Amino acid sequence: MDFVNILNLTGGELIGAYTAAYILCALGLAMHFGFTGLLNFGQAAFAALGAYGYAVATLTFGWPWYSSVLFGLLCSAIFAVLLGIPTLRLRADYLAIVTIASAQALRFVFGVGEYREVTGGSNGLSQFGESFYSLNFLPDQRFEIGVLTYSSDEIFIRIVAWSLVIIAAVLLLMLTRSPWGRVLKGIREDEDAIRSLGKNVFAYKLQSLIIGGTFASLGGMVFVMTSQTNQPATWGTEFTFMVWTILLLGGAATILGPIIGGMIFFALLMFIQGILEGLVNLGLLPFLDVAQVGQIRFLLVGLALMFLVIFRPQGMFGNKRETQFNG
Amino acid sequence: MANIPNFSKKIKVILKTDSNGANDVPDYTTEVGLNRLVKGIAKSLRVMTAGFLIMGGLLAAAPASAEELDPSTFAYTIAGTFLQDDAPIPGVKVTATLDGFSASAESNEFGEWSIMVPELGQYQVEIDQSTIPEGFALTDPETGGVGTADLSETDFAAVLFSFGADTTVRASFSDQLLARVFAGLNFGLLLAIASIGISLIYGTTGLNNFAHGEMVSLGALVMWVTYIIWDQNILLAALFSIAAVTAFGWAQDAGIWKPLRKRRMGLNQMMIVSIGFSIVARYLMLLFFGGGTKDIGGGGEIVQLGPIFTSDITLVGMVINVIALAGVALFLTRTRIGKATRAVSDNPSLAAATGIDVEKIIRIVWLFAAALTGVAGVLYGLQFQASWQTGFDILLLLFAAVTLGGLGTALGATVGALIIGMVVEVSTLFIPNELKYAAALVILVIILIVRPQGVLGKKQRIG
Repeated sequence: MDFVNILNLTGGELIGAYTAAYILCALGLAMHFGFTGLLNFGQAAFAALGAYGYAVATLTFGWPWYSSVLFGLLCSAIFAVLLGIPTLRLRADYLAIVTIASAQALRFVFGVGEYREVTGGSNGLSQFGESFYSLNFLPDQRFEIGVLTYSSDEIFIRIVAWSLVIIAAVLLLMLTRSPWGRVLKGIREDEDAIRSLGKNVFAYKLQSLIIGGTFASLGGMVFVMTSQTNQPATWGTEFTFMVWTILLLGGAATILGPIIGGMIFFALLMFIQGILEGLVNLGLLPFLDVAQVGQIRFLLVGLALMFLVIFRPQGMFGNKRETQFNG
Repeated sequence: MANIPNFSKKIKVILKTDSNGANDVPDYTTEVGLNRLVKGIAKSLRVMTAGFLIMGGLLAAAPASAEELDPSTFAYTIAGTFLQDDAPIPGVKVTATLDGFSASAESNEFGEWSIMVPELGQYQVEIDQSTIPEGFALTDPETGGVGTADLSETDFAAVLFSFGADTTVRASFSDQLLARVFAGLNFGLLLAIASIGISLIYGTTGLNNFAHGEMVSLGALVMWVTYIIWDQNILLAALFSIAAVTAFGWAQDAGIWKPLRKRRMGLNQMMIVSIGFSIVARYLMLLFFGGGTKDIGGGGEIVQLGPIFTSDITLVGMVINVIALAGVALFLTRTRIGKATRAVSDNPSLAAATGIDVEKIIRIVWLFAAALTGVAGVLYGLQFQASWQTGFDILLLLFAAVTLGGLGTALGATVGALIIGMVVEVSTLFIPNELKYAAALVILVIILIVRPQGVLGKKQRIG
């Protein structure tokens, strides 16, 4: 077994662009769930809208990257409003079912053959990153980090992705420490108390849904920009639950939590997968093959989600008193 | 859904190193893009080809099994798409042969299939007509099921098969509507017995169980093992499958939900636990039963009722469904335990105060709900096809049915399920087939705006 390689790959996950994309989604979810108490199970939809918004604006409208980004964010904000108006007045578990249902419905629409001209059907869209990667200021050479080598574009997307993570985290910190953020936390703890203070709870929830959704859309854009491919299959419920696991691992009502949680989560997954693959290749796990190791990855996500919620709902960095499931 | 294995990050890095700029090999980047999330979703043939090539490279690099012909090293592809009137035909087995070599594949949910072969040549490609699902047929069953793939020059050859009626005479709209309403009724009945389980469990424990769909899958997959693999009598196999799901339901409650209830865990927390459990159960089933779509019923004998074409399996299934639903109604209204169940749903503390053993009732409800869901799984597997994802695919429809009818009422779930089944099937007359589930989910959202407590629900429940 090549431990050096496994460790290097594990290290690569810590700074991976996908990791950053998930973390952005998890920061958005921290806004929704951690600070406002909204059980949003449709985070994949916000990410998908960001991704499709960007890709469609670039490919169909021929817009430059900045307009495409704005278009993606606009799509996600409109979705948040459409989703929020009927559901935010309902009890938390209704919101959960409606958000997951909307996300799935949206994915079906993206995958349908009828709109292939625009969405690419089940194949999705690809090669929409030219305008974005033209911003790359790095020299066109290969960069070596340990045994991993990255192209100039790969380094560039990582720099952008992690800068976005930092910006989003700082923004979230400022928002949650503002008077506005304190109202959100109040809603999380006791909606009726906040209502009795004359606050418009519905409006606050909607604002939180929109802002958190925006973060997720940026995450979605980073996700598809990494490989310049965007397929409807990516935005299934697994995406959402992966984000939930990251958030709950780090701590729902924290800002550092989703970031460290995401890094640890993906590094750990990579490490376990590397070890398992090594064992399979050595013939030590005769009941598994290499393809099944990839499936075990999802099994671990499920187990992590279960055990975190049961035994450590506050996550690594959270405060137990602040972890409110409104149940 | 075709199961495409997850490729490790290792491959990704190797690929990235190999393909400077990545512009000339878009297929590889496609695969890389999904690397993190590949989860057995059918994809384009180009991507599948690339995937096999990647796997081939990996296995060649790391000597795994020493078989003579390792399919993952095959470099040539024969592929096509089975469509009838633009509707994809899943689960059709197709075999390519050349000089004693033969390989087969099944079409995925988009009707796409691909076979990897080791060498160039003129392959004979044949459809196994017994695997064509109900409602689909070759235009020419005599000779239309055989084709040729010319792989003498290129590494990819497409083979076309013609499905559906040759003449352009189409059924009148009213006939089509009738056929869809019938299909909707059937689907609605299936959803009903599965969603009553959700509704009863929600009613008595307050848990929105996201792992309920996995009981449907388990029923279908155990049926596949007992009926197809072990080749048992259909009735025996069905009873065994239902027993297996019932045991699973009991074990689930005893192992997870009862301890959590004892800890007084919040309901939303339990809901997230059930999501985790659903993922675990799903991927365990994938590991045990494999990824492919299982054909269990084989379509059955075709029966014609006026303009409606159906099968004997479907008709028997519908009768069983109706009997099961009547049984549930009698159980809930006529038996002591049924009445106690409704009492617990209404107010657990009050029920406990009147001497009802609430934990016992919950245990019975779990067994009962799991058995009903097992019936649904078996019937679903026999009529349609089943895979490890079947249950999860219809889970949201089940939730839609339960929510539509009013959370926590068994009758409401039945009504909701019939509406959802009908919407799903009838909507295909107006919108693309792939969007029929989306239509049901949109209905759910609309109902929640207009009448959040559901059709039969009580207003107080929405809080």
